[in-house]
Amino acid sequence: MLKPSKTQTVLGWVTFIVTLFALYMTFIYAPLEKVMGVVQKIFYFHVASAWNAFFAFFIVFVASIVYLRTKNEKWDTIAKVSAEIGVVFTTIVLVTGPIWGHAAWGRWWTWEPRLTTTLILWFIYLAYVLVRASSIEGEKKATMAAVFGIIGFIDVPIVFFAIRWWGSLAHPEVVTGSGGGLDPRMLHALIASVIAFTFIYFYLLTQGILIERTEARVKRIKNQLRERNN
Amino acid sequence: MRFLAKVANIVWKDLVAEFRTKEMISAMMIFSVLVIVMFAFAFKPVGDTVKAVSPGIIWVAFTFSGILGLNRSFVNEKQNETLTGLMLTPVDRTAIYFGKVITNFIIMAVTEAISLPLFFIMFDYGVAGSILHLILIIFLGTLGFVSIGTFLAALSANTRASEILLPIILFPILIPLMIGAVQSTAMIFDQKAFVEFAGWVKLLAVYDIIFLVVPFILFDYVLEV
Repeated sequence: MLKPSKTQTVLGWVTFIVTLFALYMTFIYAPLEKVMGVVQKIFYFHVASAWNAFFAFFIVFVASIVYLRTKNEKWDTIAKVSAEIGVVFTTIVLVTGPIWGHAAWGRWWTWEPRLTTTLILWFIYLAYVLVRASSIEGEKKATMAAVFGIIGFIDVPIVFFAIRWWGSLAHPEVVTGSGGGLDPRMLHALIASVIAFTFIYFYLLTQGILIERTEARVKRIKNQLRERNN
Repeated sequence: MRFLAKVANIVWKDLVAEFRTKEMISAMMIFSVLVIVMFAFAFKPVGDTVKAVSPGIIWVAFTFSGILGLNRSFVNEKQNETLTGLMLTPVDRTAIYFGKVITNFIIMAVTEAISLPLFFIMFDYGVAGSILHLILIIFLGTLGFVSIGTFLAALSANTRASEILLPIILFPILIPLMIGAVQSTAMIFDQKAFVEFAGWVKLLAVYDIIFLVVPFILFDYVLEV
């Protein structure tokens, strides 16, 4: 693997420290929730992952547009890595959500708008990853992925509104999480964990780009070797 | 005007090719009736069940059979390298897109016009509510389906596993359309007034416009060599 640059190493350490701080805020500083108890701690990871996922997909959208305009491979790599990170964090949201939901509402899943939208979001970006996986190599692959990255992101708000209207028909009372009466210390912990997750996102992004660049380099070397042997 | 003539030429060419073999339209027709029959076994079609599940069955049958047609619209062109020929013609790439959209729309409309009455007969379900409203919803739903479907079919034709990939990439994008179409169809069957499902009609219309305009902007990239 290519050597990470100095900024990347620094970013790695900063991420480590910020994450430790967020863990302290989550488990020690923030008070225990009265009804749900320790299960409520999942909230900090759940919300932060959701934020990261949306942010990652927004980056996919922006990078896709810039790629189509400039045809600069760098943006394609950013979109690719960001989508993968987004899918991972959406998966975390979809796993932690039911665990928390089961403790808070007594059921694993409800067809509540935000939950359902997250599920559809997950499907859209899995499709994005599949478009990449099954595309023919090269510039064409990057273009197809960029086009789908734009279409997918545009669809998300429409999905949300459609599901919200649909949801309000199916369940007149939409179940909402314990968002209202947050203890200020809980809010501090939440902010800390959102910041920590954002750092983790950027760290993963730089690492992912590094891996992509290493792969491209290995491929180049392989081709050179093949040519030399022929 | 010239643009419209070009689009019309592409539609004409596709329809002639299709109606000479009737390969796609017959497969779609059989498949949509099959889906309806499968549902008859999945939900015993008696009494209230029919009313509860019929809007869903109709739209699942439409979209599933529609996917068959979409899959062929660009893959067929690829097999004989006719897509290259089409791209070499002195027309805008978007004319190719709109031509394909209109062709797919006509083929789907024919399929729907035959399978929908069959559905009502087989489930012994009288058409409640306004037929005109139902036609409006089917028009908007089908238009949205073919506009984004044709675009993604062109996109997936560039991949190795296009026929497997298309439903996977299309269905998540179609969710809002599906919700809107099924909800408003259900309300029509409930003999609700137009104002009650006007919101859904608007959603369908907005969806149609967005997914006609965005592919219009991006289609050049999809057919790029």
